[in-house]
Amino acid sequence: MTQIRTIPDRLQSPWARRLKSWESLLLVVAVTIFFLNSMASPWFLDPWNLSDATFNFTEKAMIAFAMALLIISGEIDLSVAPIIALASTAMGFAVQLGFGTPALVLVGLGVGLLCGAFNGVLVTRFGLPSIVVTIGTMSLFRGISYIVLGDQAFRGYPVDFAFFGQGYVWWVITFELTLFAVLAVVFGIVLHKTNFGRAVYAIGNNPVGAAFSGIRVARVKFILFLLTGLMSGVAAICLTSRLGSTRPSIAMGWELEIVTMVVLGGVSILGGAGTIPGVVLAAFIMGLVTFGLGLLNVPGIVMSIVIGALLISVIALPRLWERWRVR
Amino acid sequence: MILRWLALRETILFGAILVLLGVIYTRFPAFVAPNNLIRVFNDTSPLILLAIGQMIVILTRCIDLSVAANLALTGMVVAMLNVAMPELPIAVILLVAVCLGAMLGMVNGILVWQLQIPPIVVTLGTMTIFRGLIFVISDGRWVNSHQMSAAFKAFPRSTILGLPMLSWFAILAVILFIVVMNRTTLGRAFYAVGGNPHAATYTGLNVGRTQFWAFTISGALAGLTGYLWVSRFGVAYVDIAGGFELDVVAACVIGGVAIVGGVGTVTGALLGALFLGVIKNALPVVNISPFWQMAISGAAIIIAVGFNARSGRDKGRIILKRAEAVAPT
Amino acid sequence: MDTPMTAESPPGVRNPAQADVTPILALDKISKVFPGVKALADVELRLFPGTVTALVGENGAGKSTVVKILTGIYQPDGGQILLDGEPVRFATAQAAAQAGVTAIHQETVLFDELSVAENIFLGHAPRTRFGLIDRRAMYTRAGEILESIGAEFDPGLRLRDLGIAKKHLVAIARALSVDARVVIMDEPTAALSHKEIQELYELVEKLKAQGKAILFISHKFDEIFRIADRYTVYRDGQFIGEGAIADVGEGDLVQMMVGRLVDQIFPKRERMGGTEILRVVGYDHPTEFADISFTLHRGEILGFYGLVGAGRSEVMQALFGITKPSKGAVRIDDKVRVIRSPADAVREGIVYVPEDRGRQGAITALPIFQNVTLPSLGRTSRKGFLRLAEEFRLARDYTSRLDLRAASLDTELATLSGGNQQKVVIAKWLATKPKVIILDEPTKGIDIGSKAAVHEFMAELAAAGLAVIMVSSEIPEILGMSDRVIVMREGRIVDTLEGDAMTPENLVRRAAGIAEEGAP
Repeated sequence: MTQIRTIPDRLQSPWARRLKSWESLLLVVAVTIFFLNSMASPWFLDPWNLSDATFNFTEKAMIAFAMALLIISGEIDLSVAPIIALASTAMGFAVQLGFGTPALVLVGLGVGLLCGAFNGVLVTRFGLPSIVVTIGTMSLFRGISYIVLGDQAFRGYPVDFAFFGQGYVWWVITFELTLFAVLAVVFGIVLHKTNFGRAVYAIGNNPVGAAFSGIRVARVKFILFLLTGLMSGVAAICLTSRLGSTRPSIAMGWELEIVTMVVLGGVSILGGAGTIPGVVLAAFIMGLVTFGLGLLNVPGIVMSIVIGALLISVIALPRLWERWRVR
Repeated sequence: MILRWLALRETILFGAILVLLGVIYTRFPAFVAPNNLIRVFNDTSPLILLAIGQMIVILTRCIDLSVAANLALTGMVVAMLNVAMPELPIAVILLVAVCLGAMLGMVNGILVWQLQIPPIVVTLGTMTIFRGLIFVISDGRWVNSHQMSAAFKAFPRSTILGLPMLSWFAILAVILFIVVMNRTTLGRAFYAVGGNPHAATYTGLNVGRTQFWAFTISGALAGLTGYLWVSRFGVAYVDIAGGFELDVVAACVIGGVAIVGGVGTVTGALLGALFLGVIKNALPVVNISPFWQMAISGAAIIIAVGFNARSGRDKGRIILKRAEAVAPT
Repeated sequence: MDTPMTAESPPGVRNPAQADVTPILALDKISKVFPGVKALADVELRLFPGTVTALVGENGAGKSTVVKILTGIYQPDGGQILLDGEPVRFATAQAAAQAGVTAIHQETVLFDELSVAENIFLGHAPRTRFGLIDRRAMYTRAGEILESIGAEFDPGLRLRDLGIAKKHLVAIARALSVDARVVIMDEPTAALSHKEIQELYELVEKLKAQGKAILFISHKFDEIFRIADRYTVYRDGQFIGEGAIADVGEGDLVQMMVGRLVDQIFPKRERMGGTEILRVVGYDHPTEFADISFTLHRGEILGFYGLVGAGRSEVMQALFGITKPSKGAVRIDDKVRVIRSPADAVREGIVYVPEDRGRQGAITALPIFQNVTLPSLGRTSRKGFLRLAEEFRLARDYTSRLDLRAASLDTELATLSGGNQQKVVIAKWLATKPKVIILDEPTKGIDIGSKAAVHEFMAELAAAGLAVIMVSSEIPEILGMSDRVIVMREGRIVDTLEGDAMTPENLVRRAAGIAEEGAP
């Protein structure tokens, strides 16, 4: 036997590593924005206002968690907002048939899963690029909503259905915020603490290498599409419940905000890297920016400039910094 | 035979459009009347212009999601310019539109070329930024038809040889870019860079710079379309052509442009746009709710991408001599 | 140092006909170092007008590196390139092309979606007076060039629609479309049929007659003796000798190529008479291999030798479930097993260390310990939840047995040297406790120290009863490590060598398809 040398497990403690991470930077940004907002507007720190502000991001963030996993694995789903539209339309249709709240929830989740499965089959079974497939299903899913609804709207949701989007669990804590927190923990555990999460990272970094290591790449990706569809269904339930009606234009443009949230959270659009805590912080930041600027009477469209600039600069600045340092 | 194979995708698509027109003809012959076809073509012209630019961008393995926002921003700028200076000749307006559009495209191109940011992220970002800028410069107000000068509005409608100016722009762009793509070094570089970036580098082509030019062309066409769009509809506001970028990508995918790069033609983009244009214009005629249009174009994208992908399968190495004899030569 | 090379002819040169001719292109004491590997050490090369020079050497001798230096893709670390006796620098691929040096690379670097003519003229197409590409002139000239090399197909065809052989002719035509004085052919006949090879020979004769200098790289002795005028031999990045082909025989060249029988020290091992573990029967694939049958025993190291592209890796990947054979069966411990995916293979105890480490073998952006535990997560986790302590324990166990050198187990794999990365890949598979381990070029591109460690470890594994398959193109390694050697050529097994039959000469002859006693 040759002489055994021991290699230390880690050089840095996990805490030291975390301190230098993207997430810590996001945390600093979030806290700063929080302070700036509270100084800029006297209404900001009101608990009920803050509670209302969480609606700016809770539904989107639910999808962003699943989308983060999907993007880490090297795929993308641009059809999430149309899945909301289709799931909401299906629920509205079910209401006309006299379905009760539990059945509506099942319909919403079921349609989400079906749409996710459709995307997943096209990508994993037929080997088509996910970006084009989901641009296609984006039109298809929302198009079906338009066919069903035209310029009409579904209303008349049962009274108890309103709980998902308008109910409070305790004091100012909404059901949606609670669900957001629970899902954040669940997705955090799935991505960071399970074999499945490890496989997601491996696939995103090197799909060929992952396959050569015995990972069933297509199956993992299919599950991720299912999961993204399912979370779109969950978001559809919350959003429909909150609005109390369904129009085919529901959640228009959300896919871009969700992708922005994921990328801002430090997930590499090329796959292989990113964390759930990062996405949670990005959700808070986007919610705070929207809310704060709203209090200052800045219109939503201007906020989109901020969001768009954030999206580009979070990727561009580290690269510019790197380039400047090398010189 | 060879030529036929080359144009196979285009031929199938052209056939599909003819079949479509034939089916419509059986129920509503008036749709296929020359005047109406001209109207359909004119209506599809903006899509054709943008699809050509998008095709070039996709060829180089990128994507430009900011085209519709670029169109809207440039449209707003020239509309406001017209309101401020009604005397400005149309030629100047056109020049401003093309240059501004090209500059916006260059912003995308620089970020992709110099900072190697993935194109989808860049153009998602610039798309929201451009839309936001429209609001900032216009303060959220509309520029309405009555504020625009008569010449400004009349230009795209004026006809030459029975065809509106808008259509002529689409036709000229098709011809110009058929020449550019086939007969210039830059045009061939787009194909080379997208088809095999590694080999392109060996051949001495600069991949990033080629992508930059693709974004610039796409931007210039979007800017031009911005003016034509705003003047034709006589209105400019934040949300014009909202979501139009997806129609543009759809036209490309249906036209046989491979999203993985390197494959696509101007004719393909033209036919893809016409396919969508015919459907869009035919739906109300055949008494199907126009709300079907979105779902149909979505289904068309999925079918088209499935069709494109089948030809590009990896067949493995050919080692055996007997296999070589059977392999296509 | 500007004196013509011929003034200082080394002892190897025995070609009086060229004693007073200046080579068009010469390399003078060129060296090239890659991290951990000296690819070229003071090598020489002389290319004369109207002469075909064959560059001969085993894999890893430095031939490809020389080609890349000649074409401006690599810059030498020492020595100089002499063009007509004057020192020059080829800073880019274009600079080399402008100097008249063109190459037909092993892997054709062409564009599938462009036409044949465009592939030939990309970057230097004839123009009309409006600055547009003159298609008519381009197609006419492309047709002329193709015709001149006996390739009579339409230059308007799309490259995608051509077979490999014709693509190769396009690459040759591209090399000729610029006014080349030096044409480098890197294994040009590897993918050609017999008839096409004959046509290529005629083409080479034509180029010779035009006074071009040709560098011909080939493993096939019959063609070297058929068309080359001179030879140059490299071994392990060193210049061994050169001279006129007429003055040497095949045996001499093989001797120069392989040198001393085994110039590395390999671990001593006792051959074990283990029981059969794996039997492959009649494996067939539509394009990659045919009629592959062999057995493997516990404690055995079975070598697979052949030229690059002989189908060895393809057989192994089929065995590992990456590709699907069209026919044939695998028996493990005498039971028929179906392997449809790598996951199936791992479950059956077959693991594969691929040649392409960066793409297939490892996930270099993940930390070391995660690479090691990736296929063993089922064992280190509990109910699907990760247990990091278990993972570190497993990773530590196996990496220390391989004498891995790394700062810590949570550093990214990408930061390690090639040799240490390879140790991690091997550790990853050993941690799954396999029955059969397949190593595909296990020491390619890694430093001497790591090489020895990998060899030693292979011997240990075999001694512990594991069955090892080793695919290698390095003769010393194959001979030094294997109990038996299967030689493959063109997708088929041509021979199995054992005991005294395992000699370098036999390997080279079987792999290249040379007859037993000095063929013409």
